Amino acid sequence: MIAQLRSKTLLLNIVTSWVIIMSLSTLVCADEMTEKGYQLSQRSDQSDRGFTSSVAQLTMVLRNATGAESTRMLKISTLEVADENLGDKSLVLFSSPRDINGTALLSHAKILDPDDQWLYLPALKRVKRISSANKSGPFVGSEFAFEDFTANELNKYDYRWLRTEPCGELSCDVIERFPRYENSGYTRQVAWVDQSVYQIRQLDFYDRKDSHLKTLWFKDYRLHQDAYWRSHHLYMKNHQTEKSTDLLYSNYQFKTGLDDKDFVKGILKRIR
Amino acid sequence: MTIDTQNSVKTRFVRTVLLLGGLCFGSAHAEFSGQFGLEFRVFLENAQYTDQFNGTQSSIIVEPEWRNYIGDNLQAVIIPYARLDARDSERTHIDLREAYALYMADDWEVLVGMNRIFWGVTESRHLINIINQVDAVDNIDEEDFLGQWMLNLTWQRDIGRFDIFFLPHFRERTFSGDQGRLRAALPIDFSAAHYQHDDAQWHNDWALRYSHYLGDWDLGLSVFAGTSREPRLLLNHTATQWNPVYDQIEQLGIDLQYTHEAWLWKFEGLARAGQGHTFLATVAGLEYTLFQVFESNADLGLLVEHLYDGRDLSQAPATIFNNDLFLGLRYSLNDIQDTTFLMGGMRDLENESSSFRVEAERRLGDSAKIELEGQLFIHASRDILTTAFKQDSHFTVRLSQFF
Repeated sequence: MIAQLRSKTLLLNIVTSWVIIMSLSTLVCADEMTEKGYQLSQRSDQSDRGFTSSVAQLTMVLRNATGAESTRMLKISTLEVADENLGDKSLVLFSSPRDINGTALLSHAKILDPDDQWLYLPALKRVKRISSANKSGPFVGSEFAFEDFTANELNKYDYRWLRTEPCGELSCDVIERFPRYENSGYTRQVAWVDQSVYQIRQLDFYDRKDSHLKTLWFKDYRLHQDAYWRSHHLYMKNHQTEKSTDLLYSNYQFKTGLDDKDFVKGILKRIR
Repeated sequence: MTIDTQNSVKTRFVRTVLLLGGLCFGSAHAEFSGQFGLEFRVFLENAQYTDQFNGTQSSIIVEPEWRNYIGDNLQAVIIPYARLDARDSERTHIDLREAYALYMADDWEVLVGMNRIFWGVTESRHLINIINQVDAVDNIDEEDFLGQWMLNLTWQRDIGRFDIFFLPHFRERTFSGDQGRLRAALPIDFSAAHYQHDDAQWHNDWALRYSHYLGDWDLGLSVFAGTSREPRLLLNHTATQWNPVYDQIEQLGIDLQYTHEAWLWKFEGLARAGQGHTFLATVAGLEYTLFQVFESNADLGLLVEHLYDGRDLSQAPATIFNNDLFLGLRYSLNDIQDTTFLMGGMRDLENESSSFRVEAERRLGDSAKIELEGQLFIHASRDILTTAFKQDSHFTVRLSQFF
C-alpha cells in the first residue's frame, strides 16, 4: 500500500518535473525567438540609417477591383531624427490630382504616442492641426493606411522570429511583428527580410480579426550613395477588396541640406 | 577685322543667350495652374425687394496661377481672379488675389506684394482673421478674400514664428448690387464709403503675429492697428441708401487648439477698441471624429461651437454672431474621389433666427470637381440683420475644372 503510494508520488514527481522542464524550455525558446526577431529587425533598421534627409518624387496608382486607375503625384521630404525614441519628420506635397495641387501634410512622427500632424489647405491658405489617432484609415483613398506610411520605426513593434526560407533568389528571415502603438488596424504583420542586404521584401498584414488583409511587395531595390537601399516600386494588394496601389519612387536625393527649420508648421504656407 | 568683330559680337550674343537661358531654365522654373468654374444658383422663393431678380443666377469663374521659382530662395506668384455674373453687375468683378515676391533665407522671410493670409482654428466663424477684406459678393460664408498689399517680415525661431505686416492700402468690402440677392434691406452706395481717418484708403495699417506649437497645443497671438475690415452701415441723409463707414480700430486676437486623440478643442478670442466701448468676442468649441464609422473607410466628425460677441450694436458694425450655437457634421468617405459632406446649423440663442448650410463635394475624373451648397434661412425675420435674407434660401452647384 505504502509502496504503491510511493510509486504514485514518484510518478507524479516525474510528470511534474517533466511539465516544468518542458514549459521552461518553451519559455526560453520563445525568448530566443523574440530576441532574434528584434535583432534581425534592428539590423534591417540600421541598414537604412544615416541618410540625414531625403527628397523623392512619388507617383501613386490606385486601382479598384475592376482595374480602373487613378493617379496621385506627390513629393516627400524626410528628415531623419537620430534618436530611436523619436520618429522622423516628413513633409508631403501633392501636385496631382489638380484639385488638391498644393495640399501639404507635415508629420512629426512619434514612436508610441500619436504623431503631430498639420494639413495645409491651399484654397483657404489655412493650416490645420489634425488628429492623428486615425492610424488605420486610408491615405488619400489608397490601400495604404496612415500607419503603413509612417516610417518603419524599430520600436513601434514587438518581434518574433519564425523561420528562414527562400524568397525569390534570396534567402529570407521571416519575422512576425506586433504593433505596440494604439489604434493600429492590425493584430500582426509578417515580414520577409533578406539575408544579404537586410531589406524587407514582403509584408503581410493581418486585420483586427487576424485574417489576412493585405500584402505589400517591395520591388526594384536600388543602392543610393553606396549606403542606402530604397525600394522604388511598392505594390500593395488588398485581398479582401481586390483593390491595389502602386507606389513608384523617382529622383531620390539624400543629405539634401534640409534641417529642422524646414519641417516647422510655418513652412507649410510657402512650401510650393 | 570686320569678320573678327562680327564673330566676337556673335560669340558674346550666344554667350548672353546661354547665360539667360541658364538663368531661366537652369536655376529657375515656372508653374502654371489654376481653375475654371461654372456656377449655377437657384433661389427657392421670389425676392423680398422689388428691384431684386428672381429665379436662377449663373456665373463663370477663372483663377489662373503663375508661380516662378528663381533659385532656391526666391519665389514670384501671380493669381488673378475674375467672375462674370449673369444677374448681378456687382458680382461681376476682377481681383488680384495674389501678386508677390517672396525671399526666403534660413530663418527669416520677406514678402512684398499682394497676398492672402489666414489665421484661426474654428469652423463657424473666422473671428480673428483680419488681414484681408472679405469678398462678400462671392459667397456669404466669409471664406473668400480680396488680395491685400503688404510688406511681411517673418522670423522663425526655436520659440516660435514672428510676423510683422505693414499694410499700406485698404480695400472696401464687396456687396451684392441693387438687383442682386443676399443684400441688405437698402442698396449700398458704393461710391460713398466714409473713413474715420483722413488718410482714408491709404492709412498705414500694422499687424503682428506670433505663432507656435508645443506638444498637443497650437497657439497664435495677433495684434492689429488700422482700418476695420468690417464696415458700419449708415443711412444716407435721404434714408434711401447705406453708406459703408470704416473706423480705426485696435485689436488683440488669440487662437488656441488642443489636439488629443480624436478630439480637437478650439478657441478664438478678440478684444477690440475703436467701435464704441472696447468689447470681447469669442468662438469656443470642439470637433470629435469617429474614424472608420459603419464598418467603412468613412470618417464622421462632430462639431460644436459657441459664438459670443459683446459689441455695442449702435456704434460697432452689426453682427449676427452675438450669442449663437453652431452644430455641424463632417462626413468624409475617404474614397478615390475624396467625397465629403458638411452640414451645419447655426442658431441665435436669443431670437432663434437660424441658418442651415449643407456642402458636398466630389472629384470628377482626374481634374474636375463638383460642389453642391444649400443655404436655408429659418426664422430670419426675427433678426434685424438676417431679415433681409429671409427669402434668399438657395442652392448652388459649382463645376470646376483644374489645370
